[in-house]
Amino acid sequence: MIKLNNIHKSYVMGNSKLHVLKGINLDIEQGEFVSIMGSSGSGKSTLLNILGMLDNHDQGSYYLNNQQIKNMSEKKAAQLRNELVGFVFQSFNLISFKNAMENVALPLYYKGVKRKKRNIIAMEYLDKLGLKDWAEHMPNEMSGGQKQRIAIARALISKPKLILADEPTGALDTTTSYEVMEILKEINNDGITVILVTHEHDIASMTKKIIRLKDGQIHEIIRNGDLTNFREAYTKELETI
Amino acid sequence: MFDIDKWQEIIATIKKNKLRTFLTGFAIAWGIFMLMVLLGAGNGLSNGVGSNFEGNATNAMWIWSRETSMPYQGLKAGRRIYFDMKDYDEIKKLDDIDKISARYFSNSRTYSFKNEYGQYTTQGCHPDYRDIEKLNIDEGRFINEIDIQYKRKVVVIGKDIKEALFKGIEPVGEYLNIGGVLYKIIGVYAESDPREGAQQGLIPITTAQLIFNIGDRIHNLAVTTKDISKKESLQIEKKIRTLLAANHKVDVNDTRAIGIYNSLENYIETMNIFKAINIFIWLIGIGTLIAGIVGVSNIMLIVVKERTKEIGIRKAIGASPSSIIGLILLESVFITLLAGYIGMLFGISLMELINFVMEQQSSAASSSDRGQFTMFLNPTVDLRIAISSLLLLVGAGTLAGYIPAKRAASIKPIEALHNE
Repeated sequence: MIKLNNIHKSYVMGNSKLHVLKGINLDIEQGEFVSIMGSSGSGKSTLLNILGMLDNHDQGSYYLNNQQIKNMSEKKAAQLRNELVGFVFQSFNLISFKNAMENVALPLYYKGVKRKKRNIIAMEYLDKLGLKDWAEHMPNEMSGGQKQRIAIARALISKPKLILADEPTGALDTTTSYEVMEILKEINNDGITVILVTHEHDIASMTKKIIRLKDGQIHEIIRNGDLTNFREAYTKELETI
Repeated sequence: MFDIDKWQEIIATIKKNKLRTFLTGFAIAWGIFMLMVLLGAGNGLSNGVGSNFEGNATNAMWIWSRETSMPYQGLKAGRRIYFDMKDYDEIKKLDDIDKISARYFSNSRTYSFKNEYGQYTTQGCHPDYRDIEKLNIDEGRFINEIDIQYKRKVVVIGKDIKEALFKGIEPVGEYLNIGGVLYKIIGVYAESDPREGAQQGLIPITTAQLIFNIGDRIHNLAVTTKDISKKESLQIEKKIRTLLAANHKVDVNDTRAIGIYNSLENYIETMNIFKAINIFIWLIGIGTLIAGIVGVSNIMLIVVKERTKEIGIRKAIGASPSSIIGLILLESVFITLLAGYIGMLFGISLMELINFVMEQQSSAASSSDRGQFTMFLNPTVDLRIAISSLLLLVGAGTLAGYIPAKRAASIKPIEALHNE
C-alpha cells in the first residue's frame, strides 16, 4: 500500500535549512492501523503531509497504491487525493458557511457527482456516524466531537483506501477522543488503512502499530504483540511523573 | 458556470461582506455610469452640431485633374491627366447625379466692345452650371441645350464685365469680341453671394472646344447630387473617383492626380472632431473603469487571503487549481457585471430623462424660434455601445479576478491548514 524508501525533506527558513526528515524507510500494508508518534519537531506532521501528497519530498521514493508519487502536477495530486486519501484534521477544518451535509458532500462535488445524488450519499454517511439529525446545522452550532465526526464522514465519502488523521483527538476531551478512536477502529475494520499522528500514548496504544519518530528518523516500531509492553511502559511513565 | 454550488458559495461570501462588496461594486458602477453619461453627452453634442448640416441639401462636388503622384500599371508618376467628354458622359449616367457641367477655362482673353476693352477669363460650361453655382440671371437667358448642340457662339457675361465695357448700353443682343471672335451676348449673370465677383464670360463647352481647338478635352467637372444622405454622397464620390481612375489609368488612391472637393467634407471634418472627442471620452471612461477594476482586484485579494484556509481544505479534499481559479474569477465577474449593469442602467436612464426633458422643451420652443443653431440633441447611448461596454465589463471582471485567482490557486494546502 505504502512504500517509503529513504525519504528526505528539508525546509528553507530564510538562510538556514531545516532538515526535517532524514531518511525514512517504511512499509505499510493495506488495512493497517498505524499511529505516528514523536515529540514536536520530530517530523511526524511533515511525514503525514508527504503521505497525503500535500507536500513533496526532496529525496527518496514514495509508492502509494503501487504508483510512484513524484513531481506530480497539482491537478493530478488533487485528483489522487480525492480518489485515494481522506483527511481528518485536529481543527476539523470544516467550511464554516456550509452545513454538515454540504461539508460531507464536498469531495463528491470535486469528483463531479450530481448535487442531488451527493446529498443522498452524504446523508447516508451522516447516518452511519449518528449525525443524521444534524445535517442542516452549521459547524459553529456543533460540539467538537460532532464536528470531528462530520470531518470523518467527509473523509470517508469518497471511499478512500487511506485515512490520514493529523491529531484527530487533539482538540477533544478524553471521552470524545475515545469515541472518535472507536469510529476510526470501525473504519479500519472495513479494510481501510488508517494512519494517525498523535502525541498521546493512550490514543496511540489503541492502534495496531506505532511508529516513533525521533529527529527525523524512525526510532522504533512497536507492533501489535508488543503493545501490552508499551502500555505498561506508558503507565509507568505516567506514574513517574 | 451554471453550477448551483459555485453560485451558492459566491452569494455566501458576498452576504458575509455586504458593505465591502457594495463599496467595490460602487467603484465599478460609478465608472460605468460616468462612461455612459460622457458618451451620451458626446453623442448629444455630435447629434446637435450634425443636425445643422442637414439643412444644406445641396451637395456639390468639384472635380479636377493634375499630375499623377503614383506609378500605375507600368505608367510613371508625374503624368498630366486631362478629363474629356467621355468622363462627362459616364459620370452623368451614374445614379443620384443631379446636375453636371464640364468646365474649360481660357485665361486673360481680351474682351472688347466698341472702344472699351479688358482682360477676362472665358469659361466653357454646360447649362447645368447655372444651378451648380447658383448663378442669378439678371438679364436675358443662360446657355441652353441648343447652344451646346449647335456650338453657337454665344456668351453670358458677368455683371462686372457689363459695368466695365457697356457704359449705359444694354448688352443682351450685342456682339462681344473675345480674342478676335465675335460672340452674341445672351445674358448677364451675377453670383448669388454678392460679395463674389462676376467677371467671367460663360460660353457653351462645345463652342469652347471648337474655338480653342482642344478636341473634347475639358478642365474640370462640377456635379451636384440628388437629395441623398451623407453616406451615399461619399459613395458617389468614391464611384466617380473609381470611374475616372479607370478611364485615365490612375491609381484610385492617387488624390493628387484626381482631386475631388466634396462640399460635405466640411461636415465630415466636423464629424471627425467628434470622433476624436468620442475617443477621448472612451479614454476617460476606461480610466475611471480601471480604477474600479483595481478596486475589485484589491478586494478579491483580501477575499482570497481570508479564505486561504477554506481553499486549503478544498485542495486537500481534491479541488484542482483550475476549479479554485474558476471560483474566484466567477465571483469577480459576478460583482463587476452586476454593479456595472446597475451603473449602466442609471447612466442610460439619466440620459434618456435629459433627452425627454429636452424634447419637451424644444417642442414648446419650436413655435417661437426656428432655425436656431443647435448644440445639443438626443444625448442617448445606442444599444451597440451599451453592449460593448457590457462586454468590456466582463473583460474587466476577469482581469480584476485573475491575479487574486492565480494567487488562490498557488496556495499550498499545508500552509493554508496551518494558518489557524
